[in-house]
Parts: sequence; C-alpha cells; structure tokens
Amino acid sequence: MRMPVPDAHIISRRREIATALRRILPPESVIADEDERRVYESDGLTAYRQIPLIVVLPRTTAEVSAVLRYCDAEGVKIVPRGAGTSLSGGALPLADAITLGMGKLNRVLEVDYANRCAVVQPGVTNLGITRAVEAEGFYYAPDPSSQIACTIGGNVAENSGGVHCLKYGLTTNNVLGVELVLMNGDVIRLGGKQLDSEGYDLLGVVTGSEGLLGVITEVTVRILPRPANLKAMMLGFPSSEAAGNCVARVIGAGIIPAGMEMMDQLAIQAAEAFVKVGYPLDVAALLIVELDGPMVEIDHLMERLTEIAAASGATSCRISASEEERLGFWAGRKAAFPAVGRISPDYYCMDGTIPRRTLPLVLRKMTELSLHYGLRVANVFHAGDGNLHPLILYDANQPGELDKAEAFGSDILRLCVEVGGVLTGEHGVGVEKRDLMGTMFNDIDLDHQMRVKCAFDPQHLLNPGKVFPELRRCAELGRMHIHHGALPFPDLPRF
Amino acid sequence: MAAVTLIQPETPQQLCDAVAEAVAERVPMEIVGHGTKRGFGHPVQAAHTLVLNRLSGVTLYEPDELVLTAAAGTPLAEIEALLAANGQHLAFEPADLAPLLGGEGLLGGGPTIGGVVACNLAGPRRIQSGAARDHVLGFTAVSGRAEVFKSGGRVVKNVTGYDLSKLMTGSFGTLAVLAEVTVKVLPRPEKTRTVLIFGLDCAAAVDALTRALATPHEVSGAAFLPAPIAARAPVGRVAGGGRSVTALRVEGPGPSVLFRASALAADIGPGVEVDELHSHNSAALWRWLADVGPFAADPFSADRQSVVWRLSIPPSLVPALLRGLAVDDARYFLDWAGGLVWLALPPEAELDGGAARVRRVLAGLGAGYATLVRAPDALRGAVPVFQPQEPALAALTRRIKDSFDPAGVLNPGRLYPGT
Repeated sequence: MRMPVPDAHIISRRREIATALRRILPPESVIADEDERRVYESDGLTAYRQIPLIVVLPRTTAEVSAVLRYCDAEGVKIVPRGAGTSLSGGALPLADAITLGMGKLNRVLEVDYANRCAVVQPGVTNLGITRAVEAEGFYYAPDPSSQIACTIGGNVAENSGGVHCLKYGLTTNNVLGVELVLMNGDVIRLGGKQLDSEGYDLLGVVTGSEGLLGVITEVTVRILPRPANLKAMMLGFPSSEAAGNCVARVIGAGIIPAGMEMMDQLAIQAAEAFVKVGYPLDVAALLIVELDGPMVEIDHLMERLTEIAAASGATSCRISASEEERLGFWAGRKAAFPAVGRISPDYYCMDGTIPRRTLPLVLRKMTELSLHYGLRVANVFHAGDGNLHPLILYDANQPGELDKAEAFGSDILRLCVEVGGVLTGEHGVGVEKRDLMGTMFNDIDLDHQMRVKCAFDPQHLLNPGKVFPELRRCAELGRMHIHHGALPFPDLPRF
Repeated sequence: MAAVTLIQPETPQQLCDAVAEAVAERVPMEIVGHGTKRGFGHPVQAAHTLVLNRLSGVTLYEPDELVLTAAAGTPLAEIEALLAANGQHLAFEPADLAPLLGGEGLLGGGPTIGGVVACNLAGPRRIQSGAARDHVLGFTAVSGRAEVFKSGGRVVKNVTGYDLSKLMTGSFGTLAVLAEVTVKVLPRPEKTRTVLIFGLDCAAAVDALTRALATPHEVSGAAFLPAPIAARAPVGRVAGGGRSVTALRVEGPGPSVLFRASALAADIGPGVEVDELHSHNSAALWRWLADVGPFAADPFSADRQSVVWRLSIPPSLVPALLRGLAVDDARYFLDWAGGLVWLALPPEAELDGGAARVRRVLAGLGAGYATLVRAPDALRGAVPVFQPQEPALAALTRRIKDSFDPAGVLNPGRLYPGT
C-alpha cells in the first residue's frame, strides 16, 4: 500500500507544532512523546502501522475548531480517530499528520424521549447510547459487531451497519443531525431533531465520508422503542445454494426479518468449536433468522418460515424457545471472527456486497480462488442484504502469505463488483480498498466525488491517502472546458 | 422575453448534449420531469426548459432483490403499478403534489420518479420508513459540467465512496440532471388498520401521538386533523363525527395488525372514543394526507388560494408553534406524529405570505425548517422559499453548487439566490 509521501518539512517542525498546539489546548491534551504516540499507530486493520506526527485529544467543539483552524493555516494534515476499530484503515495515522482522538468528547448530552432522539458527543460508544435509553424501553438500532467499543462518531464517519440493518437501516437512516467542524474551523450544523432538513443533504454526504470532509463533534440519533419480543430460528442446509435460495424465497414471500445471517461450513465449525452452542456440524450452510414484534406476529411468521425452509431443502430447523437459546444462536455468529482466529494464525476480513441471487456463483468462484491461492476462506454473510464477509485464513509469519491473502481479497472484491455488487458494504474504503475504486468508478465519477471533498477541504488536509486512489488538485478539478459554437448539437429534439 | 424552448432528450447522450449546449452558450435551463412541481421552490428564470419525459421506462426490476431501476422521466404511477402487481411498493409513500400545486403540470401524466427524488418527497410513512433519500441506492446523472457520472449501486449495503445519492436527492435539479435512478423497493404490507381517536385538542393529540410512537406497535402513520379539516376527509368515519381526529396506522401480517390495532387503542385511548378504519378507507385517508388533500382543493377561496407552508419540527414544539402563530383550526393539520405541520395562511393577510412571522416564531423555538410550498410566482420570487442558511453553511452550499454546476445553468436560483 502506497501512502502519500510524508512532508519532511512538517515532520521537522514537530516540536514547534506541538508547542503551538499546547497554546491552543491544555498541555496534557497534546501528545508528542514517541512512546505515547505509538499507542495510536494502527486501527482495526493491524497489517498497517504508522506512528502519527502528534496526537491531540480535544475536549470541546471549540478546541476542535481551534486545532483545525491552526492546521488549515499551517498546512498540517489531520487524521480523525474514534475508538480505532476501523477494519479498512480509516484511522491509520500518517507520519506528517496529527491524529485527532475524539475519545474525550464522550458525554450523552440529552435524551429527548418526546421527540425520540438522543444528542451525544462523538466519543460515546454505540452500545453506550442504548445503555443511556434502555431504562425507558428504547434502543439505538444499528449494531455493528464492535458496538461495545466503536464510537458513534466513527459510526457516522463510516456509515456502519450491523446485523439488524435489514429491517432498521444503516447509520445513515438513523442519524438526524450532526455538528461538524470544517477544516477551516467553521462549525456547522446539519440536520437536527426534526426528520427533514432542507438544502443539500450534506448530513447524508458526511455520513460514510470516512473522516475526509469534517470532524464530527456532536450527533443526534433517532431512538426506537425496543421490540416487544424476539425469536430466532436456526436452519441447516445441505448446500449454500439451498440456503441462498431460502433467503430469496423469504424475501419473495414479503417477509423482512429483523436479521438474516448465513455461515458456511468452515465458519460453522470454527464457531461451534469456540462457543459450543449446538450448531449442526453436518450441514454446509447455516441460516439464522430473527423476528421481532408481538408474539402473535412472530408465531405467525415462524410458521411461514418453517414451510419456506422445508420447501428450500432445510435439513434441520430449531426455533429458540427461550431468550437464552436465542442468544446462544447468535453467540456463534457474533464470535465468528475470533473463532476463525483460533483456527488460523491470522485472517483477513473482507466486506463486499452482492445481489443476493449471485451468492451461489460467488461462493463457487471463491472456492476456485481458494484453491488457486492455497488459502482457506470462511464465510459469514449478512444474507438479507447481500453483505458478504469472507475471512481469508493465512499466516503472516510465512513469507509472502500476507501478499497472497491481499491478492485473494482483491480478487474477491473484483468478483463482487463483476456480479453487480460493490467493494464495501459497511467497513469502508479506507486505505484497504482505495486502489480498487477504479473497478467501480471511472475517472469522471471519482472526480465528481472529489469535488465534494474540495468544497469541504480544498487543501486535502483531512485524512489524505484514504478512499481516493489519487488526490487531484482542487484547482484542476474546478476547471471546465467550454466548447464554443452556434448550436453545437443540432440533432437535439426541441420544440 | 423570447419564447421558452422545450428540449426533450431521448437518450442519456442527448441529455448530456443538451447540458453541454447550455454550458457553451451560458443559457440557463429549467429542469422538469412532467412539470408537476414547477411551482415548488423559487421560480427559475431560464430561456430553455429541459424536459425528461422521453427518458422513460423501467430498465431493471428484480422483486426478490428488492431493487428497481428506471429512467428519471418514468411516471411514478407506472412504477407503482408495476410494484403493486408484484405485491411491492415504494415504502416512503411519495406524495403527488400536483393537486396542491395546481393541476397536472406542464405535460400531464403525474409526477415522475426523477422529480420525486429531486424533491426528496415522503408521505406519512416517513416516521417508519424514511423519505426518498433513504431509498435511493444509486443514480446516473449529467452534472452542470456536461459530464455523465454515476454513484452508488443496486445493493442496499454500500459504503463505497461518498453517498452522492443523498446529495442528489432533494437538490431540486440544481447540481445535476438525473438520467436514471435505482431505488430500494419493499413488500407491500399484507394488512392495514387505522385507529381513530376522536375529539382531542392539539396538545392532547400530540401527547397521544408521542405515546403511540413510544410503544413497540410499529406505528406507520400518525396524524392529527382538527375538526374543520377532518370534516373535509374523503372517508365518512373521519368526516362525519364533527370532531377532531387523531389517526394511527399499523401495517403488516394480518394477525399482527389486528393485535397491534387493538393494543394501540387500549394503550392510547382510555377515556376517549376510538374507532378503526379497515384497508380501503385507511388507504384513502393516508393518500389524502400524503397529497396534502386538505389544502389541495382550496376551501377558502376559489380564485385566491391560501399560501401553504410545510414545517418540519420536533413534535414536542407543535403546541408552542401553533400558539405563536395563532393559527385557526381550519388552517393546519399534523402528520409524522406532529413532526410535519401543514399550514394554509390567508393570502390577503400578509404581503409576504406570513414568511417573516413563520420564521420568527420558528426561530424563537430554536429548531425546525419552514418551507413555502404553495404561493403565487411573484411571492415565491420575493421571499425565501426555503429556510435561509447560516453563513458558513450557505458558503459551503454555494461551493458545492459551483463545483457541480460552475456555469450556473441548472435550475439557477431554485433553492437559494444563485443556487
């Protein structure tokens, strides 16, 4: 992975910049010592490491604004960071950039039950929002598997998903407003407690912008009443095709479950060996389908699901009889990543999305690639929305295996795009998939995205080296080539 | 002023050529689908009108993938009929503003999918399923640089690059001309019931709506009609009571709907009279509310229509808002559990259509947006239709406009001066 060449001049100014920052912030909020900076050297994509220039831990919006204004004037780059759980290197530091840690902005500012929303600082964890509202019977719906640790600021930056977004949407569908500090220090508010906010939907653009457009300093999220009941069903299938077919039939029957997850044989075996919750080991694919709502609805739909499963060739079917059993069904799925970690020294987690119906084809081709590269792959799959997480098993201590795993991963993502899908469903582009952007977008598409970037951050100081394979100068992107002529397109129908 | 030329591209390439020509000649264009919402936003001063009616047709529909792609000029009715035939629908329940804004628009044929997306419309199900913005998965468009570009895809879960679908949705054709959009579609609910609660005053109704949405009964419509508005409803049970009506909709599988409707009535209704609407009447009521039926056929004056405002606010502020505005019961109704307020102000009372007063009261409440949805061209040319932005946000908005449409040829001034 090639990162932008660090600016040696900026690096040589480390001490001076730290001194200037200590005039803006309390001295203890500015970390310049190498040992302390090293703590921040990577995020969840641990294959890449870089010690940041300086780490700054602001406590208020005003401090964030002051730091950004200083950096904008001095041409110093900024890498925003929440809890550092990104799986795509979104918070990977740069040698010539300040890592802006948002962890100290960690308060729930307001819970407004009448308007069904909560106003929180970006460093509050995803689960922390639910914890703050659950006593009144509410919760925050998006549930990425890192929800104990990951922060809402990072969730907004990455547009995080989770197991339940099939029914309840992604982060972008659950965020009502943000306070955002622009690179020039301006503080703007996008959205608010109301549902519709006029003007360009910059809230929607900022959500999932991977820290390249601004620094989020406050988030207003929608909270929902907790469903009355939850029940899960565990279905075993003799083939992934049969399981995929079952998913299509469920959706075709007009049923949108709260969650619908698939695991392949290797993932099932790894999970069962790890958590021992009674997953069937004689099946090629496992589906976990969760329903929520009034019991009368759950029972009604469970009956229909049982029929669909049988018609799709399910060889085993269990419905959770207790909350404990339901959580057991999920325990293996939620522990799938660490479970795979136990059967392999290292694994590389991918995140493509595909049209559901192409699943059998994609799995078949993935098996071929697995043979080609000589690396095993386990699959967990948000089957309801087509989001695939192949886990490539490798050993980083074997020379060349990391490169092979990365090449395998790139081939899988290209395959996802080929069948009509996308490079990343919920983990983000970051540095990891940056150089694959060209498989989905041509230069004109990317230039239009980059113009949004230029409107927010014309000097490319925010999180450079992420998302875009190549940063083009904003002045160059702004030029327009105008053709002159009396009536350039005489064939246009006009009346 | 010279006669306006209609430009009607038949292919995306011709669409691109049309924008290229406008850029080359620096001649602004008004962009329309069928023109049903031309009266929404500031009037656009343009010598040419770019009409997308010939870029029409569904190009991809895979019911079991819950996805549909259509050319921007495809009539919404055609899409809704196709979906209905497959037991599906657009869950955001897009409104048809044609009756409110005056007739069938430029060309007839009702709203187009491009127009729905460009205006980010949503109906009563907004509280549960979101607006157009939450359902657009991808698009192809021609920007004001006369370049065809695309963003998003055809799958729901996608974080590859910036979500420009959100930027296009609700941009009123000021950044790019949509050529094709891909939307998420969903199963049509099997059954619908609407619980009616009679005789609440506004504050009690907002309280009832709030409590209903705090239950786990998955309410998909929550409206309040003061007595004079209810009296005009196209459903006898709503119109006939001579009292205000608070309406709560539940949808889903049959047994679930029956259970939730009665549970809601019990939870919200003790001490008040409750009734239920079944499928047909329920559909008629919510369609009427989505399309702003209460103010479409203007009851106040045949020749001088009321000025219609749309306010999106936190529901708890509704009672204070209405007190501040001193609005008569015949001149407002609430949707989105109180989060959407429709106001019809008398045209003769204030020269500015109430703009200064509405914005002052809203500013006093410290939240929300007010949009002047229906007013004569002259008035919409004279007062801000959309809420004026803070300087930093206005500057950012302008930078985005300038980067997508540097020559200012696409619907200039439709949103804000110069934008």
